[in-house]
Amino acid sequence: MSDAATFDDLRDLYQEVILDHGRRPRHGKRLVQFDAHAKGDNPMCGDRVEVFIRREGDRLAETGFEARGCAISIASADLMAETVAGKPADAVRALFTRFREMARTGKCPDCDSDEAMQRLQPFAGVSEYPSRVKCATLPWHALIAALDGEGQASSE
Amino acid sequence: MNDLAPFSTFDVARIRADFPILSQTVRGKPLVFLDSAASAQKPRVVIDAMVQAMETQYANVHRGLHWMSERTTDAYESTRDALARLINAPDRHEIVFTGNSTGAMNLVAHSYGRGVMKPGQAVVISEMEHHSNIVPWQMLRDAHGIELRVARVTDGGELDMASLESHLQDRSVGLVAITHMSNVLGTYTPAARIARLAHEYGAKVLFDGSQAVVHRRVDVQALDADFYCFTGHKLYGPTGIGVLWARRELLERMPPFLGGGDMISSVTWERSTWAEVPHKFEAGTPAIIESIGLGAAVGYVESIGYDAIAEHEADLTEHALARLSAIEGVRVIGRAQDRGGVVSFTLDRAHAHDVATLLDRQGIAVRAGHHCAEPLMRRFGVESTARASFGVYTLRGEIDVLADSLIRVREFFA
Repeated sequence: MSDAATFDDLRDLYQEVILDHGRRPRHGKRLVQFDAHAKGDNPMCGDRVEVFIRREGDRLAETGFEARGCAISIASADLMAETVAGKPADAVRALFTRFREMARTGKCPDCDSDEAMQRLQPFAGVSEYPSRVKCATLPWHALIAALDGEGQASSE
Repeated sequence: MNDLAPFSTFDVARIRADFPILSQTVRGKPLVFLDSAASAQKPRVVIDAMVQAMETQYANVHRGLHWMSERTTDAYESTRDALARLINAPDRHEIVFTGNSTGAMNLVAHSYGRGVMKPGQAVVISEMEHHSNIVPWQMLRDAHGIELRVARVTDGGELDMASLESHLQDRSVGLVAITHMSNVLGTYTPAARIARLAHEYGAKVLFDGSQAVVHRRVDVQALDADFYCFTGHKLYGPTGIGVLWARRELLERMPPFLGGGDMISSVTWERSTWAEVPHKFEAGTPAIIESIGLGAAVGYVESIGYDAIAEHEADLTEHALARLSAIEGVRVIGRAQDRGGVVSFTLDRAHAHDVATLLDRQGIAVRAGHHCAEPLMRRFGVESTARASFGVYTLRGEIDVLADSLIRVREFFA
C-alpha cells in the first residue's frame, strides 16, 4: 500500500477544502467593529471558539472568529463565516438547522439545488465520526448565540 | 506482527493470549491499543472470575446468614487481603473500597478535609495533577476555607521540589496531595522524598497512584505515605471499583463520607453509630462483582511480577521516545528522568484530535485531548496532546506501527 493510499478513506472526512480552510482560515480574526459576539466550548476536547458578528440592518454583514481546535472545527468556522455573509438572520438560522442535520446524518437533500449548502457539503463526512460532529457544529452554535444576544453557546 | 523485544523472562505473546480483546480488528486492521492509561484491557482470568461469581456464587455481602452470602463475603473480603499485600499495607482494614480514584480522593477531601482539617489550613497539589486531584480540593477550599496551593513542575516535567518546600514553610499545610505518576508526562514523582518533606513540616501526604500502581511495585510503608489512591480498571480490573488506603489512625479519626447501609453499627431515630474501619466508609451495597474481578486482576499482575512489568515497559518507553523524537515535527511533552509507560506528544500543523482520527483509521487507539489535566496543558503551552500509553500486552512492533503512521499523518497535513 502506498503512503498516499493509506488515508484515502479519510478523504471523505478531510476533504481538500477542509484541510485548506483548516490550515489557512480567511475569517479567523476578531472583527475591528462588531455588534455581538459569543463563545462556544466543547469541554470534552477543549475546543474553543469565539464568533464576532457585524450587522447591517437585519443582515449579517461580516463574521469573524477566534478559535483553537482541530482542522474540522477551524474549517467549519471559516466556511460558516464565508457562507453566511450578507444573509438575513432568519436565513442563517435556517441554514444552521440544515447544516446540523447534514452533519448528523450525512444526508443533504438540497445540496444540489442550494448554493450555500453546496459550499458546506464537505462536512457531511463528519456523520461517520460521531465524536467529531460537534467539531463542525460548535462554531454555528456560537454564531446563533451571538445572533440571539447571548454570550455563550449552550452545549448540545 | 513480531515482537522484537529481547526478553527471556517476559513472554509478551503469551500475555497477549490472556486478553481476548486483542484479537479484535478495528476498521479492518488489527487493534493497536495504545490507550491503557485511560483504561486497561482485561485478561481472561478477570472476566472469568466475574462471570463465575455471578453464575455460581453470588449474594449480597455482610448480611445474609446463608451460605451464598458467606461465600460471596469471603470472596469480596479476600480482595481486600490481596490489595493489602499488593501495596504492603500493614493492616487489611486500611483498605477502603471506593468507586474509583476520584471517589477515593473525594472521600479524603470530604472526610479528612472537612472533618479533620481546620479552616485556614492549606492543601498543596502540583501543576501535573489530574482533575480528580484538583477539583475535590477546590470544592474543599470553597466550602471549608482551606487554601489551595500549587507546586510547580519544571520544564522537563518533573516536580519542582523547591517550589513544594516553599509552600510548606509556613507550616500551615495540612495535606500534600500529589500524583505518584503523571498520566500526561509519564513522570514518576519522588514519593518517598515528598513524604519526608511533608512530614518535616507537619503535613500528611496523599498519593494519586492511579497510574503508578499499574507499572511499578508500590510499598506504602516504604514510601511512608498517609493516603494512597488508585483505581481498578487501569490495573487490568473492572470499572466501578477503586481503592483508598490510609493509615488506620487517620481512618479512625475521619468521620464517614456517605451514610447508609453497611456503614453503621446501630441506628435509632436520635443517632447512629458507625461501623468499624473500613466499613464506616463503605456505605451501601458495594461493587461485589467488581471487587472479585479486581482480586483476580491483582493476582494476574502478581503472577507476571512487577519487576518484569517495569522492565518491559521501560523498554517500550525508551523505544517510543526514540522513534517519536526522530519524527520531524513531533514534540514529546515531558522529559523526566524517572518515567513510566506514557508518552504525550504534539505534531506540528496537526491538531491532536485530527492525529487521533487518522491513527484510528489505522486501527491505532491513542488518547487525544487535555487528558483531564487542563492546567498542565496550559503550563506547557499546548491546547491538547496525543498520548500513547502502554501495558503488559504492548508490543514494540505496535510502537513501530504508531511511528510509521505518524510519519504519514504528518505528510497528510503538510
